[in-house]
Amino acid sequence: MISEKYRILPGPEGFVPVTAALMGVVLPDEGGAFVEGGIIPENDALGMIAEKLASAKRPAVCPGPLLMWQWNGGAGPKAAAVRELAAACGAKIYPMPDYRAKSPRINPEIEISVNHPNITIQHNGIDVCVFVGVHSHYANFALRMIRAGTGCYTICLSDYAASDEAMISLRDVDAAKIGAITAKVKSISKGGV
Amino acid sequence: MSKNIITPTKEFEDVLTPGYKDLVANGPYNRSAPGTVDDLGSFREITEPHPHCAGCGVSLGIRLGLASLPSPENTIIIGTPGCAYFALTQSALCYSCTAFGNQNSVATGLKRMLKIRHPGKVKDVLVMVGDGGVADIGLDYTLHSWFRGENIATVMLDNEVYGNTGGQESGMTVEGKVLNMAPTGKKFPKIPVFEMAKVAGCAYAVRTTVASPKKFGTAVRRAVLIAREVGPTYVQVYTPCPTNLKFSPGKTLEAAKDVEKTYYQYEEYMTEEASAYLSRIGELKEAK
Ligand SMILES: Cc1ncc(C[n+]2csc(CCOP(=O)(O)OP(=O)(O)O)c2C)c(N)n1
Ligand code: SF4
Ligand SMILES: [Mg+2]
Repeated sequence: MISEKYRILPGPEGFVPVTAALMGVVLPDEGGAFVEGGIIPENDALGMIAEKLASAKRPAVCPGPLLMWQWNGGAGPKAAAVRELAAACGAKIYPMPDYRAKSPRINPEIEISVNHPNITIQHNGIDVCVFVGVHSHYANFALRMIRAGTGCYTICLSDYAASDEAMISLRDVDAAKIGAITAKVKSISKGGV
Repeated sequence: MSKNIITPTKEFEDVLTPGYKDLVANGPYNRSAPGTVDDLGSFREITEPHPHCAGCGVSLGIRLGLASLPSPENTIIIGTPGCAYFALTQSALCYSCTAFGNQNSVATGLKRMLKIRHPGKVKDVLVMVGDGGVADIGLDYTLHSWFRGENIATVMLDNEVYGNTGGQESGMTVEGKVLNMAPTGKKFPKIPVFEMAKVAGCAYAVRTTVASPKKFGTAVRRAVLIAREVGPTYVQVYTPCPTNLKFSPGKTLEAAKDVEKTYYQYEEYMTEEASAYLSRIGELKEAK
């Protein structure tokens, strides 16, 4: 029985944190968003993401295979929206073109690996990162590792049902939703709210 | 598989790391001519880094095998624990690892599913695993997939030892061989898997070594083609392990050449049906 609500917060939480799902955390239904273990209206979460990104010292965007490759017509427009978001908040892009272990090792200056994401997070002092276009099962795995070993604030923009291992996660994300975050980031940067 | 899978979105093309750019430009997919061991490709993944020990015969076997696939973009490689598992990192092809020994059962399911999901399209399933995987823990599954006549190709990368776990004897270790964890020597001869393949229903079977790359390459190519249309196929290739068989990493090819003179002589077996099929598709030139 879980007596106290488990919260998904920046780590380091420890070597192997329990999965969020096992701790009773649930994902939002349509129109909702996942924030630190709870569920809030999606529109509020858009604003929180914009604030986190606008105030980050070293924000990073980590596009996964679903955005790196032209699987279908949808990848291009979404990739363009993600590029705009990264430009608006001054985030560096660390690609994750697939999930293979890299031999002999990855170059943390220019890429991120799902198998040991912390190398890139720590090497570059990333304080806020956005996962987008990463298949859910791999995103969950990598985000939990980041939560386990770093203090980075994680955001996951999910095509489907959101990720319960990120601190903030949106579901059913399309280019328009990403555009809405970008607009909010721009208005914050201009001194608005 | 659509070639779009390896076409980067233009929005992220610039952030691809050099290795991926190279893979996109020079990788193994959709080549105009079929791959052969004469053309391993220039992309960094297959020519440079591999996670195996220096001089690893298994690593060489993986490279030669992958370079010989008739349709790499439509191939799923099935692996299992062992040094051969590193084919996963050594290639940019579809790869699925199974619980140790389960490879031919998983391959069976995948192949059957692919036939239903993609009727009329070429989807090759190639099992590429170690001797322990085939001859020990996976022997029953392997044989049964052959008895059932599944359309899958099986390659055994035979280093005559459990390389990955530090040198236990496998069923394929030669009799008397002393290994790190077989200090008094192996007590029974090599399991005759190659002979068993012929009686268990394989339409095609080859025994060769990495010291004969063209023969091995042709064998893999034929095995995949015959498995598509005729029935199960088997290629057993000697891929010596310097680390556990205790020879210098520079002597891998010598070690492989040595056994070609004795118990690893090249042999190619095919049924009449397989031979007729190869000749029909213009693939029946002698391997040199
Ligand atoms: C069910 C199971 N038992 C044991 C192991 C441990 N194990 C991993 S690799 C291996 C031996 C692999 O030997 P082989 O198939 O010859 O491959 P090689 O490493 O020599 O290429 C063993 C016993 C495992 N992964 N799973
Ligand atoms: S232990 Fe042997 S088979 Fe395994 S990587 Fe090393 S040389 Fe290759
Ligand atoms: Mg072995």
